[in-house]
Amino acid sequence: MSIVDPTYRNERQNDIDLGRRKAIQVAGGGLAIAFLWMGGAGKVAAAINARRQPDDAAAAAADGNPPFAPNAFIRIDKDGSVRLVMPNVEMGQAIYTGACMMLAEELGVGLDQIKAEHAPPNEPLYGTPLLGGQITGGSTSTRGTWQTLREAGAVAREMLIAAAAAQWHVEPESCAVSRGVITHVPSGRTIGFGTVADAAGALPQPAQVKLKARKDFELIGKPLRRVDSPDKVTGATQFGLDVRVPGMKIAAVKACPTFGGKLGRVDDAKARAMPGVIDVIRIDNAVAVVGEHYWAAKQGLDALDIEWNPGANANLTTEKLVADLMDASLNGKAIVGRQDGEENVSGKAIDAVFLSPMLAHATMEPLNTTVHVTSGQCEIWVGTQVPVRAVEAAAKITGLPVEKVILHNHYIGGGFGRRLETDSVEQAVRLAKNVSYPLKVVWSREEDIRHDIVRPMYYDRISATLGTDGLPSSWRHRITSGTVLGRWAPGAMGKNGMDSDAIESAADLPYDLKNVHVEWVRHDMPDGLVVGWWRGVGPTHNLFIVESFVDELAHAAGKEPLEYRRAMLQKNPRVLALLNLAAEKIGWGSQPLPARVGRGIAVGSPFGSHVCAIAEVEVTAQGEVKLRRFVVAIDTGIAINPGSIEAQMQGGLLFGLSAALYSGITVKDGAIEQSNFHDYRNLRMNEVPLVEVHRIDNDETPGGIGEVGTAIAAPALANAIFAATGVRLHKLPVDRSLLIAGPDALKQTVASATVVAGGTQA
Amino acid sequence: MFVLRVNGEDRTVDVPADMPLLWVLRDVVGLTGTKFGCGIAQCGACTVHLDGQPIRSCVMPVGSIGQKAITTIEAIGETPEGQKVQKAWLDVDVVQCGYCQSGQIMSATALLTRTPNPSDADIDAAMSGNICRCGTYVRIRAAIKQAATGKPEVMQTIVSGPAGGAP
Ligand code: FES
Ligand code: FES
Repeated sequence: MSIVDPTYRNERQNDIDLGRRKAIQVAGGGLAIAFLWMGGAGKVAAAINARRQPDDAAAAAADGNPPFAPNAFIRIDKDGSVRLVMPNVEMGQAIYTGACMMLAEELGVGLDQIKAEHAPPNEPLYGTPLLGGQITGGSTSTRGTWQTLREAGAVAREMLIAAAAAQWHVEPESCAVSRGVITHVPSGRTIGFGTVADAAGALPQPAQVKLKARKDFELIGKPLRRVDSPDKVTGATQFGLDVRVPGMKIAAVKACPTFGGKLGRVDDAKARAMPGVIDVIRIDNAVAVVGEHYWAAKQGLDALDIEWNPGANANLTTEKLVADLMDASLNGKAIVGRQDGEENVSGKAIDAVFLSPMLAHATMEPLNTTVHVTSGQCEIWVGTQVPVRAVEAAAKITGLPVEKVILHNHYIGGGFGRRLETDSVEQAVRLAKNVSYPLKVVWSREEDIRHDIVRPMYYDRISATLGTDGLPSSWRHRITSGTVLGRWAPGAMGKNGMDSDAIESAADLPYDLKNVHVEWVRHDMPDGLVVGWWRGVGPTHNLFIVESFVDELAHAAGKEPLEYRRAMLQKNPRVLALLNLAAEKIGWGSQPLPARVGRGIAVGSPFGSHVCAIAEVEVTAQGEVKLRRFVVAIDTGIAINPGSIEAQMQGGLLFGLSAALYSGITVKDGAIEQSNFHDYRNLRMNEVPLVEVHRIDNDETPGGIGEVGTAIAAPALANAIFAATGVRLHKLPVDRSLLIAGPDALKQTVASATVVAGGTQA
Repeated sequence: MFVLRVNGEDRTVDVPADMPLLWVLRDVVGLTGTKFGCGIAQCGACTVHLDGQPIRSCVMPVGSIGQKAITTIEAIGETPEGQKVQKAWLDVDVVQCGYCQSGQIMSATALLTRTPNPSDADIDAAMSGNICRCGTYVRIRAAIKQAATGKPEVMQTIVSGPAGGAP
C-alpha cells in the first residue's frame, strides 16, 4: 500500500494538467507560470517592444527629448551620449548590467559609454511579458527581455547605419559599428552616433533586423563590471531612503503591532512639546510623528502614549497557526497538481512530515517612501519592484487620476519580494495627505520586521514506496499553505483554484518517477496576517522538502545519495551533468571525512535554470553548525554576464542559508515577536564558507538566476547535517538542540572553556 | 550647537546632544552615503571613522564627538587605503544592492590601515559586525585580500571605469 497516511483524500478533481506542466517547463518560476495562466483573463498584458510604440514620443520628450529615441530603451543625445532606460528595477541582482549588455551588444557601444536610467511607470512601454506588468520578480527579467532588448539595440543600430550610409551615399551593408562610431569599411570614413542622431530619428523603423550570432558577441558572455558599481562604492547612489526634497520633513511611524489591529487613543502632549517635533498624524491603524529630522521624529514617536485596538487576532500564536495548518493538511480539501500512474503501489513505505516557518525579508534598506500630496498632484519618491501598482494605489487613496501621480523610482537596497508590495507606499500616501509639505516616511528596522508581509508557513506530508531496486515506485506529496498568488494576482489562480507557485518544484520533479501524486490544500491565514513573495518563492520551500526526502529515501534504501540521484536522473542529462560536475569538484567519496563532518547534495530546476549544490558542514558536539565549503554547479543556458551569475549564486545561497540556519518569524499575542538583526539573524563574515560556482555552458536560452541559489540552499545544508550527525531535520530553521552529540557535550564546552581561561594552552 | 569636522570641513549643526551622528550626517549635513540599517549597532551599515577608528554612527551621540575628525564614505577615497579598497571592490565587483557597502568599505579600510596584511581571522574579526543581506561576503573577503596584496584573488571584471549607473 502506498498510502501511508490514511487521512489522505483521493479526490481527483483534475487529472494532471498537461498545459500547466508544459508551462512550467518553458518558463519555470512560480510568478512567471502564474501569469502564463492568466491567459485571456484580467487586463491585456502590456509588454516591452523593440520598436516605437504610441507612448514613446511622450516618454522620450519627458526624458530630455533626445534626437534619437527609436524605442522605449534607447536615447542618443546630440553629443553622442547613450542613455539606456531599464525596464526592470535594480535591487542587487545586476539586471541593469545585464539589460545594458543586451542592448549595447546589438547597438554597438561599450558598457563604459552608456548611462542607465530608471524607467518611469509605464506599463505599455516597460511591462515584462512573463509577468504581464511592469513588475520585477520571479527571476523573469533576463528571460523576459532577452529577445526584445537585443532586438531593440539592433533596430537602433540599423537606423543609425542607414542615416550614415545615406549621408555618405553608400550601401548600409558596407558600414560597421563599434563603440558608438559608424565606419564605412571600404573608405575608412567614420561618424559618431550623435552626429547622425537627428537624421536617424527621422527614418522609418526596420521591420526585420538581424541579431548577432553568439560567436560574434563582444559583450554578452563576458564578466563585465556592473554599471552601478562605481557609485555604490563611493556612497553616491541614491536609494529611496536617500531622497532629499526641498521643504521635506521626516516621519517615524508605528502601526498596530497586532495583525489587523487599529489605532485607539493617542496622547501626544509630551511628543508635541519636544524640540524638532512638527506634527502628529493619525490614520486608522498607525500613528506617525513628523520631525525636522528622523531623530526628532523617532524621539517623538517613543514619547507617545498609544492605546491599540488589537482586534480579532489579539490572542493569536504560532502554536495556533501551526495547529490549524496541520488540521487543514489532514482534513482540508486538496487540489491535485499532478497525477501520474497508479495511486496504490506496494512496496516498502516511507513517510515524513515537514514544517517550514514564516520568514521576513529584512531588506538592508528599511522600507520608506517620500510623498508630496498637493491639491492636484501626488509625487512619490521610492524604490519599488512594482511602480505601476504603486501609482494605482496612490491614485485610489488620493482620488487623483493616475496621470496626476508622479513616481520616481530609485535603486533598491534589497527587494527579495518585499518591494512587490505597496503597503508602505499606501501608508505614506495616507499620512502625507494630511500635510502640505513633502513627507519622508521611514520605517525603523523594528517596524520593518514586525510589519513584514511574510513568506507563508508550509506543512508538508510526503510519502513514497520503494521498489525492489530501492528506487521510488510511487511518490505522494501534499502541500498545505496559505496562498500568495491568490491575494496578489487572484486572476492568475488555476481554474480549479490551484496556486501554481505552491507546487512549483514539487510537481515538476527532475527525476524519472512513476506514480506521482502531488496536491495542495489551501489554508488561508487569519485576516490581517498577509503572506507574500519571498526570494525563491515556491521552489525555496518545495526543494527543501523534495530533496530532503530523496535523501531520506536513499538512506532507507541503503544507497548512497549521489548514486541514488544518478539512478533517477538517467533521462535528465542537464541535471545529471550538474550533479556529476558538483560531485567531482567537491571530491565526493575521494577521501573519508572527519567525524561529524558531512556532505549533502541537492538538485533542482527552478526558474528555468538547473542547479546542483553540495554542502560540506561540520556539526560540533554542542550542535553548532559550521559551514565548511559549498560547491554549486549551475546551468542557466547562455550566460549574459558570468560574473553576475556567480555573484547571484553565492549571494542567493547565503541568503537561503541565513534563513535555514537562523530565521523564523513567530507570533505571540497576534504580533510578530522578532524585531531586529539580534533576533532575526543573518550570516556574518566569520560564518561564511567559500562558495565555488561552476557553470555549464550551452546554447539554451537564458534561465532565471536571482532566486536559484536561495532555493537550493536549505536542502543541501539539511542533507549535509544528516550526513554529519544522522539527524534528519523536518523543520526549519535548524534546531541546534537536536544536533547535540550526547548528554555530556554541553558540559564539555564549559570544561574546555575553563581550560583555555586557565592558560594551559600556551 | 556643535562644530563637527566632517571630511575635512567644519560643519556647524544645531541639534540635540543625544542625537546619533548617523542622523546628523544624513538629515542635517546632507551626506546620505552613510546608511541606516538597524539603529542598534547590529548591522554596520552606518559605519564611519572617528580619527580613523571605525564606529557605528547610529549609536554615537553627536555630543560625545568633540574635536575628532569624522570621515565618511564620501571622502574615504582620499585616503590611500580607502582608495585601494574602493578599487579592489570594483575589480572584484563586490556590490549587489549596494546598501551595506558604504559600511563594509569603511570597516575594510579601517582594517587595512591597522593591519596591512590581514589574515582570514583578522578579516572575520573586523568585518563580522557588518551584515550584507545580499550575501556578498565571499567577494568582500577576496577584495580585502586583493586590496592588501595588489594581487588578483578571484575572477576580475573587465571594462575599466564605466560610469554608467543611474544617478
Ligand atoms: S545602523 Fe548602525 S549598526 Fe546598523
Ligand atoms: S550588497 Fe545588498 S546588503 Fe550588501
